[in-house]
Amino acid sequence: MNELVLKGVPAAGGIASGEAFILDNQEFIVPQRIISAHEADSEVARFEEAIEQTRREIRSLQKKITQDMGIQHAQILDAHLLVLDDPMLREQVTRGIQHDKNAAEYAFIKVMKSYVKTLSQIQDEYLRERTSDVNDIAKRVLKHLMDESKWHDLDNLHSDSAVVAHDLSPSDAVSMFNTRIMAFVTDIGGRTSHTAIIAKSLGVPAVVGLKDATLRITNGDHLIVDGNKGLVIVNPTVPTQELYAKEQSKINASLAKLGDLKELPAQTIDGKRVFILANLELSSEIKNARKFGAEGVGLYRTEFLYMNRLDLPSEEEQYQAYKQVAEAVAPLPLTIRTLDLGGDKFISSVQIPKDMSPFLGVRAIRFCLERPDIFKTQLRAILRASVHGRIQMMYPMISGIGELRRANAILNDVRRSLRDEHIVFDEQMKIGVMIEVPSAVMTADMLAKEAGFFSIGTNDLIQYTLAVDRVNEKIAHLYEPAHPAVLRMIQRTIDAGHNEGIHVGLCGEMASDPVLAFLLLGLGLDELSMSPSSILTVKKMVRGLRFSDVVRVTQEAMGLSTGQEVEEYVSAQLRRLVPNL
Amino acid sequence: MSRIEKQLIVANKKGLHARPAALFVQLADKFDVSVTIAKGEERVNGKSIMGLLMLGAQYQTPLTVIVDGNEAQAAMAEFEAFFSKQEEELIK
Repeated sequence: MNELVLKGVPAAGGIASGEAFILDNQEFIVPQRIISAHEADSEVARFEEAIEQTRREIRSLQKKITQDMGIQHAQILDAHLLVLDDPMLREQVTRGIQHDKNAAEYAFIKVMKSYVKTLSQIQDEYLRERTSDVNDIAKRVLKHLMDESKWHDLDNLHSDSAVVAHDLSPSDAVSMFNTRIMAFVTDIGGRTSHTAIIAKSLGVPAVVGLKDATLRITNGDHLIVDGNKGLVIVNPTVPTQELYAKEQSKINASLAKLGDLKELPAQTIDGKRVFILANLELSSEIKNARKFGAEGVGLYRTEFLYMNRLDLPSEEEQYQAYKQVAEAVAPLPLTIRTLDLGGDKFISSVQIPKDMSPFLGVRAIRFCLERPDIFKTQLRAILRASVHGRIQMMYPMISGIGELRRANAILNDVRRSLRDEHIVFDEQMKIGVMIEVPSAVMTADMLAKEAGFFSIGTNDLIQYTLAVDRVNEKIAHLYEPAHPAVLRMIQRTIDAGHNEGIHVGLCGEMASDPVLAFLLLGLGLDELSMSPSSILTVKKMVRGLRFSDVVRVTQEAMGLSTGQEVEEYVSAQLRRLVPNL
Repeated sequence: MSRIEKQLIVANKKGLHARPAALFVQLADKFDVSVTIAKGEERVNGKSIMGLLMLGAQYQTPLTVIVDGNEAQAAMAEFEAFFSKQEEELIK
């Protein structure tokens, strides 16, 4: 076998090797299971039973919708029932079981996938949109064919797998968290894609934007994934393997040394203190955050409570989740971000209309303001949890003071009803605003008067400032965190916040890159929140610098005209000031 | 038993998408007939919603409708009316 080297975008650092596992559809991970001839009849019966259970489920859902919203809305599900009774579907699945000897769930998903494929190729957009209906039915039926816990999970992976996928969705993160995955490799995505976020929180390397990795790699290939250089080496030769083994032991040695920094504050030689916090997706990551010496949680994403399920999480369930995280993080602060759906994050329990430009459509706070029922449930749960640990809360995607006031009005309603019910909560809980839209930056002076703190969300702020869709790999080169416009946006936000005496933090992938973190320090941020695995490197940098040097270099950099010039200049200065980083 | 074959054109401006396809299957199921719909070389079971959707029949697509069975005549009359209507009229 010949060695093949693929070049992509480095999304999460580190080097790992493993056996390739191709994930061909992130929605349904259904392993192929071959059955023996005498099992065929019982598999067909199992399929029929699953169809029958799903039909009953949809009927009762229709009844409920009819009561709540009227019969017209319930009729939308008629199409689902027709698909279940479809003679062509049943014939093809039965043939897949009896003739190809596939287990019911695999025979079924194979047919459904072929439908989705054909539908998505249709020129007409009304017809093409039906793929989501077909996906929805497929999920409902699969739930009855497979143990739900196995449904999304990758337990049947070899323990040393490198996952190769077209793309990874946020909901995949949950299913992968407790498995031993060595690395991620994807066709699409950039530095801020979900793959990067998942990989960093798992502490494994990732290379993204490889375009056709899923076609060029086959299941079981031996891979070396170099997340520092953005390389994937398929079936490496023995000399290459030895080279990487040496590289890996060097990295391990320097990581062990960084561990000594854990208990030390992030403070420059001349005494400037900055707080380094962790971004969290799941409560199980707290251990990681502690291991790397995080001084709190600067961003706790709550979407994950809503994913991989068909219903919405109840108030009690959310309360328990927030309480558990707050207690685990205490006495350090926990910053909870309210629901940030839409854009590229969707859930099955709520139909969010597919906008033409989802990042400019109904997402985050806009969605919550449209669905106060869902929003209030979350706010009640957060407020109730606020008596445990040190919780603060922030709204995502605020574009101006009007939205902040509307969100706060709903929050005040919730507070009032809790008081009426004699339920205790922290009356002083800080309510912050995420600054991730240029209009929020331009009106930051006004927002600062009514916000408890600012947290700059750079993944989105960069995308909106530079008009670069962050999930479009064709324009990935235009996504420049050090672009002078982005730096000025950040500067303006910090100044506006400090003028009103509030803390300004930043949570975004930008904070975990030492060169960019250097600039952020120089611009005067109070807090940097990042993936836990980046904390020690950034802390080491901070401790090796004089703040006066950082400010001077940053001022110089602010005078440069392109993002590339800025990065090159700062990177050279940083190498000079902290040579052993 | 009788077999009728007719050329019909999709008059619905939105094409034969999920909603009208669902309505067509419900209509076809009322008759004791087998229904085959062809678009060019592609032939699908007219009582299969997936089959109909996979045809991807847009506005003004010509379709060959073949009805076979005891109630062929009555069924074909209803199908002709169906394909000549707009979506709003179908839902009523």
